[in-house]
Amino acid sequence: MSEKDKIKTLLVKKPLKLDCGQTISDFPLAYETYGKLNDKKNNAILVFHALTGDQFASGINPITKKDGWWNYALGPDKAIDTNKYFVIAANVIGGCMGSFGPSDINPETKKPFGTNFPVITINDMVNAQYNLLEYFKIEKLFCVIGGSMGGMQVLQFVSNFPDKAHTAIPIACTASHSAQNIALNELGRQSIMADRNWQDGFYEEQNKQPDKGLAVARMAAHITYLSKAGLQEKFGRKLQERDDLKFSFDADFQIESYLRYQGSVFVDRFDANSYLYITRAMDYFDLTKKFGGNLSKAFEKSDTKFFVISFTSDWLYPTSENREIVIALNAIGKNVGFVEITSDKGHDSFLLNVPDFLNTVKNFLNKSYEKIS
Amino acid sequence: MKKEFYNIAKLITKNSKILDVGCGNGELMKYITENISKDIRGIELSKLNVQKCVEKGLTVIEGNAEKDLKQFPDSSFDFVILSQTLQAFLDPENVLNELLRIGKKAIVSIPNFGHWKVRLHLLLKGTMPVTENLPNEWYNTPNLHMCTIKDFENYCEQRNIKINLKNLKFQNLFSELGIFILEK
Repeated sequence: MSEKDKIKTLLVKKPLKLDCGQTISDFPLAYETYGKLNDKKNNAILVFHALTGDQFASGINPITKKDGWWNYALGPDKAIDTNKYFVIAANVIGGCMGSFGPSDINPETKKPFGTNFPVITINDMVNAQYNLLEYFKIEKLFCVIGGSMGGMQVLQFVSNFPDKAHTAIPIACTASHSAQNIALNELGRQSIMADRNWQDGFYEEQNKQPDKGLAVARMAAHITYLSKAGLQEKFGRKLQERDDLKFSFDADFQIESYLRYQGSVFVDRFDANSYLYITRAMDYFDLTKKFGGNLSKAFEKSDTKFFVISFTSDWLYPTSENREIVIALNAIGKNVGFVEITSDKGHDSFLLNVPDFLNTVKNFLNKSYEKIS
Repeated sequence: MKKEFYNIAKLITKNSKILDVGCGNGELMKYITENISKDIRGIELSKLNVQKCVEKGLTVIEGNAEKDLKQFPDSSFDFVILSQTLQAFLDPENVLNELLRIGKKAIVSIPNFGHWKVRLHLLLKGTMPVTENLPNEWYNTPNLHMCTIKDFENYCEQRNIKINLKNLKFQNLFSELGIFILEK
């Protein structure tokens, strides 16, 4: 069995009209499932991944051989208990883990799409994943959940399909990408595009990889996922395997070495063009746009019970932005709970072992499930 | 559950829509959910208490009543409950106005500084009263704006706030707690 055979794929036949105007059809959507769908089909949870995530949320990722990105939260007896719930996770379109993306072959040119791939949006990602409900014949999901860009997809899903999820847990996210968010993403994109190997996006046909640019993009982004206090505590000014400064541009400090390592392992598992496309989708995300700036209107028709979670040290998607979602829901009398979890682990808190967070998710899910079953 | 909560719960109409401001660990909300109305949610400042509410399956928002009530539309609840926290706010007048704006009715309870034990304590000992209901010393009490039942009634009268219920006769002298239903 080859590596790619380990990826389950749904071939979506139905045409999907993208926000950019193009229509795609017969495209692959890679997904993974955990747990068992019960006879009533009322225990399904759709998990949305963040920028560099994929469908392998739990267990060992068969392609990278690394732990799934949400191993702390998702699995048997964990916060999202796969002994109890049937969890579906898909790779977003534009991604690079088997779903339709820029490294796929363009049937017209017989070469990878590269930057001829259409620009996609969070709305497009969610609409593509909706096909999984039809595929599994699930009338209504028990829950939609995700952090960061996954949280944006949660919000978009409920807005698009107001009666298709009993509960929704948007975590550490925003309803509208801020100027700071866009600026940081643009920094990453410019880093990739400044790499000579990027070749205007057609690097694959020339057997090149803009690894340096992608690594720097990852390094910059990685800083935004951590907090100042967390970095200071973990690294401080500690030196990397040396007694004193070397008066050179080597990685003297542990933090430098750590970031270089993060950059170098990232390029082995992620595609540079996917990075461009997915960050673009995040920047274009503004759920209020269609509703004249009024976020409440995005949720007017929904009967979903929300639970919004933010983290104290997350400065990328701070509590104030998560609170905007809560305020918009309260303004129209929707059922919404909210908690800000104390953690010094920054935006990445939702991916890490933060017991207060994991317990809160577990309790919310289990108590909500009692009510519907 | 403390007696105050049973008394508050008795005042609430079946299946009405309720907001419990400063809902603590959700004890009262849980009782109301199970016995009176499922359409209830809470606001709570303490993260630990918010998590205790989630454990009970209650809908709760972490927030501060002084800042976070403005997000609710006018008359969006049949009852808004505020149990023994009015005196701890920086601006109780504003909170009271907000309660009466978002709730058709507000149920407010206050520790009564006019209770005979409190009066006697100050009269005989000459120090700030410390009682079962007011257990803190002057330097660490969260209570910034203590009042008596009479003070509160006078206040409501001045502002044309209707008081629909007073808990007991001779209340100002003999009640440690005043529970009121208020309407604009």
